[in-house]
Amino acid sequence: MADEIMLLDWWSSMFGMRVRIALVEKGLKYESREEDLNNKSPLLLEMNPVHTKIPVLIHNGKPICESPIIVQYIDEVWKDKSPLLPADPYQRARARFWADYIDNKIFQLGGKIWTRKGEDREAAKKELMECLKILEGELGEKPYFGGENFGFVDVSLVTFSCWFYAYESCGNFSIEAECPKLIAWTKRCLQKSSVSSSLPDPLKIHDFVVQLRKKFGIE
Amino acid sequence: MGEEVKLFRSWSSPFALRIVWALEIKGIEYEAVFEDLSNKSPLLLQYNPVHKKVPILVHNGRPIAESFVILEYIDETWKQVPLLPEDPYERAMARFWAKFCDDKVLTSIWSAFIKQGKEQEEALVAAAENLKFLEKEMKGKKFFGGERIGYVDIVLGWLANLVSIFEEIVGLKIVDERKFPLLYSWMQDFAEAPIIRDNCPPRDKMIVKFKALLDAAIASSSSSSK
Repeated sequence: MADEIMLLDWWSSMFGMRVRIALVEKGLKYESREEDLNNKSPLLLEMNPVHTKIPVLIHNGKPICESPIIVQYIDEVWKDKSPLLPADPYQRARARFWADYIDNKIFQLGGKIWTRKGEDREAAKKELMECLKILEGELGEKPYFGGENFGFVDVSLVTFSCWFYAYESCGNFSIEAECPKLIAWTKRCLQKSSVSSSLPDPLKIHDFVVQLRKKFGIE
Repeated sequence: MGEEVKLFRSWSSPFALRIVWALEIKGIEYEAVFEDLSNKSPLLLQYNPVHKKVPILVHNGRPIAESFVILEYIDETWKQVPLLPEDPYERAMARFWAKFCDDKVLTSIWSAFIKQGKEQEEALVAAAENLKFLEKEMKGKKFFGGERIGYVDIVLGWLANLVSIFEEIVGLKIVDERKFPLLYSWMQDFAEAPIIRDNCPPRDKMIVKFKALLDAAIASSSSSSK
C-alpha cells in the first residue's frame, strides 16, 4: 500500500520549509496544502487542535506536529535513505542540542528585528549576531553542521537563510560581514535541490515583510 | 569498559530531577555533582558554555546539556527499561506532549504562581486550558507512558511535587481534583512510585525557596513603575 503523505504548510514558514526539505531528501511524494492562516481550515483545526499551527504532516491519516518532531519522524520512518540524524547517540545528542538552540533563539530574535523599532530592534540585532557567531563557531571548518553530510542541524537552520535579507534590510546590517562562513554554508546548502526547491526567493520574503510592516504600522 | 557517569545538578532544579529519575529508573550508577547556581563552578561553565545551566550529563568525559536531549541520549545509550516508545508515531506523540508540557503547561503554571492581579488570572485561565489537553490524553492510561512511567511522565513529573507547593504558598487551586480527576490521580500515582518518592527534594526546603522567589518577584514588580 502506498504511503499517503500530506503537508499543511504556509509558503514563508521556516518551519514548513524544514519538512519540505526532509521529504525531498527522502525522495517522498506528498500533497502540499497551503493554509490561509487568517482563515484556518477545518482539517488544520482537526489535525492540530492543540496549537492550530502549521506545519502538520499527515501520514496515512495520522497527524504529526512541530517541525523538529516531524523531521525526526520522517528520518525514523524512512531510515534507509539520506539519514538526517547521525547513528551515534552522542552525535545525535549534539545535533538535537544545536537544533534546540536554533529553535529558542533565531525565530524570536529575527522576528523582533522586523516587528520592533529603536532600542528593542538594536538589542535583537546584537543578540542575533551573537547567536549566529556561536553557530558559525560550531560549524567550524566542516562543510555542513552534520559533518561531511547535510543533516538535522543544517535542515533546522538553513530555512532561516531566506529571511536573512528581510532581517538585514529592516535592521540595516549585514550578516555576511560578520559571519562569512555561515553565509558560505547557506550557499553550499542551496546547491542541494532539496533546499533550493523548498526555500522561497529572499526578495519575495522581503516584499512580504514590507507589506506586513505597512499593514501593522511599523516604521 | 568502565562507565563514568556524572550528573551536574542543583538540589532543587526540576529539570535536573528528570535526569535523576531516568538514571534511577534504568538502574544506572552515577555520581551527582551539586552546583551552587549563584556561584557556578569552572567545570560547569566548561561543560555547558552556551547556556551555563544544569542539568549536564557527563558520560565518559563527554558532556550533554538540555534535559530533553539528555533523556533521549540516556534512552539510546542504556536500552533497559525504555522511556520512549519503539514505534515512530508513538515516539513522535511522546515528544509532542513533552514539548507541550514545557512550552505551555510549565510556562502557564509558573506564571500563575509568580504573577499577580490580572496577569495571574490570565495565567490561571491558560493553565486550565492546557491541563484540559493533558486530561484528555490521560484517558485509559495509568501513566502517560502506559502501564509504567515513561518519557512524558518524567518530563511532567515536576507537576506532581511542585504544584501542591505553589498552591500552598499562593493559596490558590491550580489543579482542581474535580476538574482534572485523571491528572490528579496521575499526580498521586507518580509521586508515590518508589523511585520518585525516594528522589525528591525535601518539601519544607522547597517551600522556603519558592516563597523567597515569590517575595522577590512581588518586591521587584511593586518597585518598578507600571
